[in-house]
Amino acid sequence: MRMKRVAALAAAAALALAVGACGDNGDSDSGSSGTSDVTFEAGTTMEKLNKAGKITVGTKFDQPLFGLKGLDGKPAGFDVEIAKIIAKALGISEDKIEFVETPSTVREQVIQDGKVDIVAATYTINDKRKAVVDFAGPYYIAGQTILVKADDTTITGPDSFKDGTKKVCSVTNSTPATNIKTYLKNETAQLVLFDVYTKCLDALKNGQVDAITTDNVILTGYMSTNEGMFKLAGTPFTEEPYGIGLKKGDDKFREFINKTLETSFTDGSYAKAWADTAGKYDKNEPKTPTINRY
Amino acid sequence: MLVDHFDAFAGGLWNTFQYCVLAAIGALILGAIAAIFRISPIPPLRWVGTAYVTIFRNVPLTIVLFFSAFGLPALGSNADFLRIPGVEEIVPRLGIDLPFFRFALIGLSLYTGAFVCEALRSGVNAVPPGQAEAARAIGLTFTQNLRYVVLPQAWKAAIVPLGSVIIAMIKNSAIAAFFGVLGELTYRGYNLIVEDNQPVIPTFVGITIGFLLMTIPLSLLLDRVERQRAVTR
Repeated sequence: MRMKRVAALAAAAALALAVGACGDNGDSDSGSSGTSDVTFEAGTTMEKLNKAGKITVGTKFDQPLFGLKGLDGKPAGFDVEIAKIIAKALGISEDKIEFVETPSTVREQVIQDGKVDIVAATYTINDKRKAVVDFAGPYYIAGQTILVKADDTTITGPDSFKDGTKKVCSVTNSTPATNIKTYLKNETAQLVLFDVYTKCLDALKNGQVDAITTDNVILTGYMSTNEGMFKLAGTPFTEEPYGIGLKKGDDKFREFINKTLETSFTDGSYAKAWADTAGKYDKNEPKTPTINRY
Repeated sequence: MLVDHFDAFAGGLWNTFQYCVLAAIGALILGAIAAIFRISPIPPLRWVGTAYVTIFRNVPLTIVLFFSAFGLPALGSNADFLRIPGVEEIVPRLGIDLPFFRFALIGLSLYTGAFVCEALRSGVNAVPPGQAEAARAIGLTFTQNLRYVVLPQAWKAAIVPLGSVIIAMIKNSAIAAFFGVLGELTYRGYNLIVEDNQPVIPTFVGITIGFLLMTIPLSLLLDRVERQRAVTR
């Protein structure tokens, strides 16, 4: 009796799998047939993605205005829009983009492992990262600044940390954390790092830290979700070029993304992507950056 | 790579060691108190003890740490009572103004304390009831009964499970890295990977060696204690 039941279960599972597999096939078939309006040189990543009719994009799911996963289950924001522009140029429709969450700490890893095709996740281009992945872009120049409580007048810029009394929060594996260290008198007593910025926000609300430091766009994002509670102290003190991360050595794909970005700067799609997302809170039109073909 | 970054690993190991020693002390004290509560003849104390164990043994450590790191401050505490003079000089991190080390210490102690309590209680239950009854019959009070008759015997039965609880605690200490405890062994390893782009596997081998350096001596010690006990029986 028991054996029979197990056998029946196994059969049912096999059937379900088979049905599922059929469904998958159908999906990708319809995908590639609908995306044949552009063609690419054989053997390139562009051709591979275009043929497959889908692309996997790593982005943040917790980054208001840049990549934030809403209640409908779809991430939205400026990074997401940029990814859509690139996908469109590849002849891939919006609904065929698969977004996966890539927090700051795993971005290099998922690119190297091939889990994603590109990463658009407020990803600062720097030399250490260039050693393991390649960057297209930049598509936006952010700058590091400081977020404090709305009634705080004691912090005016990074120099306010030099006397060793003010405490600041950031996240691990982020450029801002490394940058702020040069302004601190005593790292152990002044700097706390978490894995996500939301924990920093709690620490700031509760008063364990006096400030949060990271790129201006991220901070304005949190200002937008906590209206009236926080303000920015001082002006940006660094330049953080955001790039699209991709597998190291894939020069043709990089050049393709660079060209796509340049086109978007001029044809209005870039401006629209900005206006629909971060532009709602940041009224400064972004200066379109010069593509860095290093 | 392990040799090149020996400093980072050694520093991390030292920090984790401090954290674990303090948390172990806290957990043993809390656990002992809770165990006494749970076996005491006064019902309200028993209820308190049982409630404590029920809550902290059944909630994931991450949640406990989350509440201690973000819940305590919401209640207006920066855990300043842990800035104990003397201890603060030996472990400077207890005293600094960023209280996350203290919060993590409270979280880990509370969590482990529940397991310590149960280990101790199982030891007490291993003492034949006749012992306590005989002690009561010759007129010892509850406290004297515990102090001279039950606990010395319970200790023998509890020492090995207690050791296991502490070993588990040392391993659990890795989670503190995600609640603002910087410089701890796992955090240092994590940092080497993400900021210096060091290879992942050797780094984790280093972390593993660090933890084994703390847990294996403890296991060996427990084995010895157990063997001695076996002989004396």
